[in-house]
Amino acid sequence: MKKPVWLKPLLFVVLLAPMTVLAISWIRLLSGTDVPALTADPVAETTRVLGEWSLRSLLAALAVTPVARLTGWTPILTARRMVGLIAFSYVLVHWSFWMWLDLAWSPAELAKEIAKRRYVLFGMAGFLCLLSLAITSTRGWIRRLGARRWQSLHRLVYVAGAAGCIHYAMLVKGNQAAPKIYLLILAMLLAARYLPQRRRRSVPAAAKAPVQAPPRNMTRNAIATSASDIPNI
Amino acid sequence: APNLKTRQTFVTPGETPTSFDDIAHYNNFYEFGTDKLDPSRNGGGLQTSPWTLKVSGLVKKPQVYDVDQLIRQLPLEERIYRMRCVEAWSMVIPWVGVSLSHIINHVEPLGSARYVAFRTLLDPDQMPGQRGSVLDWPYVEGLRMDEARHPLAMLSVGLYGRTLLPQNGAPVRLVVPWKYGFKSIKSIVEMRFTERQPPTSWNKANPQEYGFYSNVNPDVDHPRWSQGRERRIGEFAKRRTLMFNGYGSAVAPLYAGMDLKRFF
Repeated sequence: MKKPVWLKPLLFVVLLAPMTVLAISWIRLLSGTDVPALTADPVAETTRVLGEWSLRSLLAALAVTPVARLTGWTPILTARRMVGLIAFSYVLVHWSFWMWLDLAWSPAELAKEIAKRRYVLFGMAGFLCLLSLAITSTRGWIRRLGARRWQSLHRLVYVAGAAGCIHYAMLVKGNQAAPKIYLLILAMLLAARYLPQRRRRSVPAAAKAPVQAPPRNMTRNAIATSASDIPNI
Repeated sequence: APNLKTRQTFVTPGETPTSFDDIAHYNNFYEFGTDKLDPSRNGGGLQTSPWTLKVSGLVKKPQVYDVDQLIRQLPLEERIYRMRCVEAWSMVIPWVGVSLSHIINHVEPLGSARYVAFRTLLDPDQMPGQRGSVLDWPYVEGLRMDEARHPLAMLSVGLYGRTLLPQNGAPVRLVVPWKYGFKSIKSIVEMRFTERQPPTSWNKANPQEYGFYSNVNPDVDHPRWSQGRERRIGEFAKRRTLMFNGYGSAVAPLYAGMDLKRFF
């Protein structure tokens, strides 16, 4: 199937638009302009919005494979790494904002927070998962680890998704709908992977072929569409 | 423009009031939504006049006040108080109103009355947040009688010299400056004097996190975040939170001999 040229630029622009809006808002705020959208507590609001978009883009990354499987539109797989890296960049800025303005970059304070508050523990777990995935997201790392080990490692993306959703659910006050909706979407995305996988077992030849280590010159995108129909990530 | 005649009777030393704009656009009022900007966006449908405030229960003279009339008749004072939210942010607000004891004395509680229960309007048409189940509506709060009679406890009808906006709890709300903001119940329709400690909304929602007293206390952390520091609206770095929100010399005697870690 031909890869549409617009796919990645479109996802890039759409998913990074909120980050761009925040950046522009902060430039205006720091130059003395009133920015109502940042509210009277811009730090708290920015941290909250970055957290929300971390979850949204992470769920978008997790949705790529199910969408490809359910619709058969495999070219979308070529955007998976980029969406994942966008999710990581939201998490990184979200974490840095908190580390800087709430904890003043103090490792001791960070340790105290992790030990004391379970929502911080979950947030940090998700952050560290995504950090390891972002570092190993290059072609070089796929080669170094081998496709199979690389795939197992990158299943951590589910752990990151779950940790992020739980982090959010533990944070809100009262009986709010939003965290439940994120958890429901996460559960549906996991289920969407599980169901077609069972069906694939009855289609022997192609589906049962093991994932092979990629030749040196192969890109990850090529692996995704050749090694097995669609790898289980 | 100011539309209330007031005289200033209390200033919290060393504090500059937060801007009117911030006070009117950074609100927790879940009846209008859970985002900070929701109350100012969704509060417009609240019919604040006519409004009746019913005072009932263990009193000699139960009353049904017309709030417009109350606003005209009461000797309104301006008092500049700190407001510390349980979420660890704070403001300084020039409230307009009277001591709650004003109303209490007027209705003459019976000797058996030990608590005052407060209730917010229940009307999902006017308060769209009540269509969801974030909390068990209507919002209810309560004070012990001696807390309610304390001269700092205030029934407020305005701020910055004007009548309250819906997002700030129009037309009549409680202000208890030494307690976390959620104790200062908004848009009150009933006050009821009781013998038993009344239920309170956040305590019902999560008793491990929100006690009946909910006094500002930097030494007792909320289970999910520290209460030791707070961000003053308009500042970036956090500052230290003061015991009883800085009103300890006036209110500490109310809690003499009580274990404030247990009765949080």
